[in-house]
Amino acid sequence: MSERNAPKDFSEIPTEIIETDILVVGGGNAGCFAAIEAKSKDPSLRVTIMEKAHISRSGATAAGMDAINTYIRTDKGETPESLVKWSRAQVGGGPIREDLALSNAEILNESVEMLEDWGLPIVKDEDGHYKLRGRFDISIQGEQLKPIMAEKAMEMGAKVYNRVAATNLLMQDGRCVGAMGFGVRDGKFYVFKAKATIVTTGGACGIYKNYTSDYSGAHHQTWMCPFNVGTGYAMGIRAGAEMTSLEQRWVAVRTKDFSGPVDTLSVGYGCLITNARGEKVLRERYAHLGGDKAPRFVRLNAPMMEWLEGRGPVYVDTTVLDEEEAKDLREDLLNERPTFVLFLASRGIDITKEPVEIYGSDPYIVGGHTGSGFWVDIKRMTTIPGLFAAGEAAGGSPNKFVGGCAAEGRLAARGAVEYLASVQLPEADPAILSREKERVFAPLMRGPAFDGITPVEMEERLQRLMDEYAGGISQFYRMNEERLDYALNNVKMLQSQTQYLFAKDLHDLMNAHEVVDRLDVAELLIHHLKFRKETRWPGWQTRMDYPEPNPELDCFVESRRDPSTGAVEVFTRPYEQLIPGDRTQG
Amino acid sequence: MPPKVDKEKCDGCKAQQEPLCEQVCPGDLMTLGEDKKAYCRMPRDCWDCMSCTKACPVGAIETRIPYQLGYHLAKLIPMMGTNTITWTCIDINGKVERFRYVNRGRLD
Repeated sequence: MSERNAPKDFSEIPTEIIETDILVVGGGNAGCFAAIEAKSKDPSLRVTIMEKAHISRSGATAAGMDAINTYIRTDKGETPESLVKWSRAQVGGGPIREDLALSNAEILNESVEMLEDWGLPIVKDEDGHYKLRGRFDISIQGEQLKPIMAEKAMEMGAKVYNRVAATNLLMQDGRCVGAMGFGVRDGKFYVFKAKATIVTTGGACGIYKNYTSDYSGAHHQTWMCPFNVGTGYAMGIRAGAEMTSLEQRWVAVRTKDFSGPVDTLSVGYGCLITNARGEKVLRERYAHLGGDKAPRFVRLNAPMMEWLEGRGPVYVDTTVLDEEEAKDLREDLLNERPTFVLFLASRGIDITKEPVEIYGSDPYIVGGHTGSGFWVDIKRMTTIPGLFAAGEAAGGSPNKFVGGCAAEGRLAARGAVEYLASVQLPEADPAILSREKERVFAPLMRGPAFDGITPVEMEERLQRLMDEYAGGISQFYRMNEERLDYALNNVKMLQSQTQYLFAKDLHDLMNAHEVVDRLDVAELLIHHLKFRKETRWPGWQTRMDYPEPNPELDCFVESRRDPSTGAVEVFTRPYEQLIPGDRTQG
Repeated sequence: MPPKVDKEKCDGCKAQQEPLCEQVCPGDLMTLGEDKKAYCRMPRDCWDCMSCTKACPVGAIETRIPYQLGYHLAKLIPMMGTNTITWTCIDINGKVERFRYVNRGRLD
């Protein structure tokens, strides 16, 4: 379809203007919950979802999930406070936004139970409680997780615009009054005018090269959804929103050569991480940092250090499993990453006889896992009035995962409903619309003689640059000031060359805007990495020139790009401890 | 080469404006060729999520592991029931395994 409807001339491009009360940009986990919550608070509200793909299988949970990693079993003595303490310890003591994390935790269980009511199979123990596979992890048979959420959003009356890619926020008098974008299938220019806008576009994948990347077959062998490119962050950055903690990158330990989940094996089934010598790595070498329960960045960095120090490959030892457990494990994997089961079959691996090899992933910017994203207030409003953020898009509160992103989507919707009562829909400024229409469609209109750059070429240049100079996996996540300066200079060069991007069809046009968005995220990310002149979370953030933590940087690193000058300001905000106790202990 | 379309089985979802694989692909990668059969426009960009494979009403799509990562030839075939899913997995040595479980509804 995208070839057939590609406009050849600006005059051919229809503009569709939609008025709504709440616009949700991105119909994933947080977006669906935001739409459902808004409609349940006030069914008369017009709630519109702008979705780049198709809502039934879009975003990070497209393939399904095998667990909800945060649920508070109060009968086991767990509380919202104990969850937040655990989350804080998982990121080495923070800093984290404990206010945000607590408010998520307070409605977390209810949000998970809503999923069960809508038809998500959640595994129970003999007492009828959700069955724990870790302290806060519960097992689900979540192959249908995404369709279930999507159907509920539509049943509640949210209007979904599938295959509409967002390109910029609609700003007027310093506030956000909607968003603009284009139809990936119909080639139209879309303008959504909204009293309140909620960004739930997920995180950013593909800022860095992954180690299996090659042109012909395995470019997207990534853990995070490769179609989540950081568009929400980028739109916010271009409008001058404040971003937080981008330097707290999420890098995960994954199965080697095929990004399968490791927690399912190590947490869910008790398969320990072992090195080439058969040593239990975390237990024997990292006992002082918590052993098997060490913070997540330690669990990532440990296997990579084994490689560097000559004790790789590294494995999760699945040979402790019997046949039945091995089958249960693969059934779990089929719910989240079905092709990992196919991968094991394609290697002829019987996991009861040989262990599964593991390795680090490429780095991602994902605020549902670490603290990166929009700086938001307790109502999830960003620093731009009228613009809310939730899920992977909202920063400050790590370890949200499926349940926490659902909870936060609901909180953002409550904030948006409250906000919109006091505002009116303004008339859209035609100059802004025509400028954006021209920017969006320009790569399609270059003409046959144009000698330019394809989106794929620019994407690959960016990804290799970031990998080598801004701490990607080929460098074992390490960086220094000079390499970061090199990366920043070259990102700026790439930004200056986006004028040469050309697209042959609407799919290509989407790819062109994806690389533009990734560049803006990369630019601010490098500023954050440069500012944190210390090493606080080795693996996630490793500065070879500043290898130790600096107590003076026990704070949030923030950034803002001036929309008129392009100047980037980097500054700090203090950490506020609300839950007392040792921050490194969960 | 992740989604491999069997051109004999694929009917382009006939009267549909877009075949189901094209409707559902999170990466906008599945589309119809001039022969009215589905194909993946950019196999390198596939995330291997299997949404297209699950959605295909005639079982014409097979998800393959790129050869750069896995050996020839393993198969994983999903069958969607009303509230269940059944997977058949065949490894490179010809070992066949089946997995069947509930994917919709409360587990009480």
